[in-house]
Amino acid sequence: MSSDLAIRIRQNFAFLTAVSLFCVVYLLYHVAHPKGFSSAVLVQNGDEVFTLALVAMAQTVPVLAAGLDLSVGALMTMVGCFASYLLSGAPDGTALSLDLAGWRLGLGTLPGGVPGILIGILVCLAIGAFAGLINGVVVVYGRIQPIIATLATGAIFIGVALFLRPQPGGKIDDDLNWALTNSLGDFASTVHIFNDGAAPWFAPFAGVPTPFVLLALIVLLVWVPFSRTVTGRAIYAIGSAEGAAYMSGLDVNRARIAAFTLGGFFAGCGGLFLAIQTSSGNADIPQAGAYTLNSIASVVIGGTSLLGGSGGAIGSVFGAMILRVISFFFRIFDIAPLLQPLFEGIILLAAVSIGALRVLRVKNTLELFR
Amino acid sequence: MADAPQGDFLVLSQISKRYGGVRALENVDFRCRRGKIHAVLGENGAGKSTLIKIVAGAVQPDAGSITLDGRLRQFGAPAAATAAGVVCIFQELSLMPDLSVADNISIAAPPRRFGLIDARAQRRRAEALLAEVGCEDVNPLVRVRDLPLSRRQMVEIAKALGQKPQLLILDEATSALTSADVEKVYSLLARLKTENVAILYITHRMHEVEALADRASVFRNGRHIETFDKGARSTAEIVQLMIGRDIATQYPPKPKRERRPIAALKVDRLGWENSLESISLEVGGGEIVGLGGLDGQGQKTLLLALFGVLRGVTGAITVNGRAVRPGSPAQAKAGEIRIALVPEDRKTEGLMLPMSVSDNLTIASLGALSFGPFVDFSKEAGAVEAGVKRLRIKIAAKTDAVSTLSGGNQQKVVIAKWLMTEPRIILLNDPTRGIDVGTKQELYRLMRELADQGAAILFYSTDYDELIGCCDRVAIMYDGRIVRELAGGELNETNIVASSLNIEGEGTASAGRESAHV
Repeated sequence: MSSDLAIRIRQNFAFLTAVSLFCVVYLLYHVAHPKGFSSAVLVQNGDEVFTLALVAMAQTVPVLAAGLDLSVGALMTMVGCFASYLLSGAPDGTALSLDLAGWRLGLGTLPGGVPGILIGILVCLAIGAFAGLINGVVVVYGRIQPIIATLATGAIFIGVALFLRPQPGGKIDDDLNWALTNSLGDFASTVHIFNDGAAPWFAPFAGVPTPFVLLALIVLLVWVPFSRTVTGRAIYAIGSAEGAAYMSGLDVNRARIAAFTLGGFFAGCGGLFLAIQTSSGNADIPQAGAYTLNSIASVVIGGTSLLGGSGGAIGSVFGAMILRVISFFFRIFDIAPLLQPLFEGIILLAAVSIGALRVLRVKNTLELFR
Repeated sequence: MADAPQGDFLVLSQISKRYGGVRALENVDFRCRRGKIHAVLGENGAGKSTLIKIVAGAVQPDAGSITLDGRLRQFGAPAAATAAGVVCIFQELSLMPDLSVADNISIAAPPRRFGLIDARAQRRRAEALLAEVGCEDVNPLVRVRDLPLSRRQMVEIAKALGQKPQLLILDEATSALTSADVEKVYSLLARLKTENVAILYITHRMHEVEALADRASVFRNGRHIETFDKGARSTAEIVQLMIGRDIATQYPPKPKRERRPIAALKVDRLGWENSLESISLEVGGGEIVGLGGLDGQGQKTLLLALFGVLRGVTGAITVNGRAVRPGSPAQAKAGEIRIALVPEDRKTEGLMLPMSVSDNLTIASLGALSFGPFVDFSKEAGAVEAGVKRLRIKIAAKTDAVSTLSGGNQQKVVIAKWLMTEPRIILLNDPTRGIDVGTKQELYRLMRELADQGAAILFYSTDYDELIGCCDRVAIMYDGRIVRELAGGELNETNIVASSLNIEGEGTASAGRESAHV
């Protein structure tokens, strides 16, 4: 009988591989970067990673229940477009109104300043979760395969996004943008805490990028507790053996709806951040598609089985970071941008193949099909 | 408890259920009591599985009522039945393979702290329940996927136990177990009985009925035939009730031979990893050679090695005098080798469940049924018809999904599929597991028929009766080696049990189970 630790290592081999791979490539990146190991580089990386990491987490939850979600990129885009209206932060209050082709849809006004922005953030997150809930309801009660259902709802979400933002535009409150997309020190000085970030004890943390902190908070406060609830466990159970989960008396429908809703929430967080970072809303269809496909790649690299049942959102965060770091290399080595997709594809294939190396060690070929 | 209430705990009245045009249950009245083990007997397709699915809330009856503990009940989902104290241990395991043993055991109602699952408490709970079923050797952290089938079944039992059953239903729960585990399950059931739990026990093994049951009910063709107390009916009478027709002898006669036929399959010092060690074995054309021993001693691994599934096999395999080394099942079934394997798990390795009966039957022999790259439909139809006829497979239409057939008929499809490849060597991995008496006998006859036509058959079974009744010789495996080969008069239960436990010689073992030869 092997020890508990050995068992845990064996069961999380793919995840640990992703973490090690990330550490190696990220270290190389900093070594090669002229301004490596500086807060500025970290902040820039954090901003670029955050949205994909959240969309990858969004993809993970339905995948654990053995259902691919093709709408995550579209959902993220739609929430971003909402945010470009709700978070403009005008001093006289945020007007919840849409001006479209001469139509003016008045929805009232959020109070100006900080409370208005907070309400706007909450509304954006609620929109994300609600869109995820729609996905779940369509899949469960429509009895439609997730991949088809989300293909359709994804088109609807993009449609809504285009309706909101036929052209890129809108505005995000400047303070909000500054506070969330820089270092903790900038955050503190913008929201006036810790003596505007000048408190002596705060100094060691001042250089930490805010997006990384936000990411860690979402993982620790949302994903980790959720994965320990009965509903979270049920999602793994569905992906592992749906019939057995049902026969064990689990509420399979509720768990599946919860999976899509949580996915919608994560994707909503991603969209919100992208809007804040770019200070605008943009119903960019190719970008939405790219995010969806990259989210699937991140999930796989992070060690979650596309068949469901094993893996987790933290692995997908590392998967997303690996993907992003690969693209960072193109900047510092100045490779012709046209070659980027080619290299990205090759490196992605190589990264995923690491997980397939076990095939060479399998002595019972029947195990390959289990 | 001495003063256990003797009233009926579960009362089913006039239960009927149809699946499309097939009548699964018709006007069934059934009752069972607390503190009793009630055996439910019947061939596959008799309606037992539907019956327990209805009681467990997995299937809704078309008509009739369920009364539990004096209250009229309707279970819309398994969760409702579990809440009412009805707990099932299903033949198709209800475990999630990617989750750990501890997760599985506490899946429906895990111990919680601050609303979140308490992993430590859950682990302690798993350890306690595993200890209760005598499986302390299973680490609760291990994924169920990584456990052998017999261990999974014990985990399943521990899981059921954790749900505090009032009515415990076991559907063929011992069919995958080792004899040692069977003993543990028996004593566990005896204890639950004293704790006044009502137990429904579905089995195909007559000696289990004798060893365990207080009462027994026989089902046939969706009807409840008779319920009687233990001892009221002889085993022969029970079998008669189940199949509704006479059975002359259970096993076809073995041919008398002066000397062994020429070896069609010869295995010399075969080894693989740590699981097989220096296996030497011969199977002659026309012979049925059994593989016996406790479960998990390498029997299944040996069959897989011969079928080309394992990499890195050492030693020599000779087929009809030619050294061979199949590298895959595709090579093993083809050309000069022509080995067929009827695998352990027919639902995952034997059949493509959603595909039709005819697709499943011809899938291994499409090469012979094709014209160039195209399947010849008329040839295929002919082959399907011949296969269905030869094994007397009961089907409505050959285009039906094979998943709609009963277990026995599914197994017949697997066997028919391999017979179509005209194999010279047939490897059987516990082919009668979970199959009714009538079909078993058909399979025994078929095996002997095939042997008489010259096939060499290597037959692994967990049922000692079967090995004794069917085989010309039996090789007993222990810890990856063949410890003894039994033939002729030596081939009896005492010797098999003794060798299985690796105890030498006749008479030293007394662990032989009571067995009913019908």
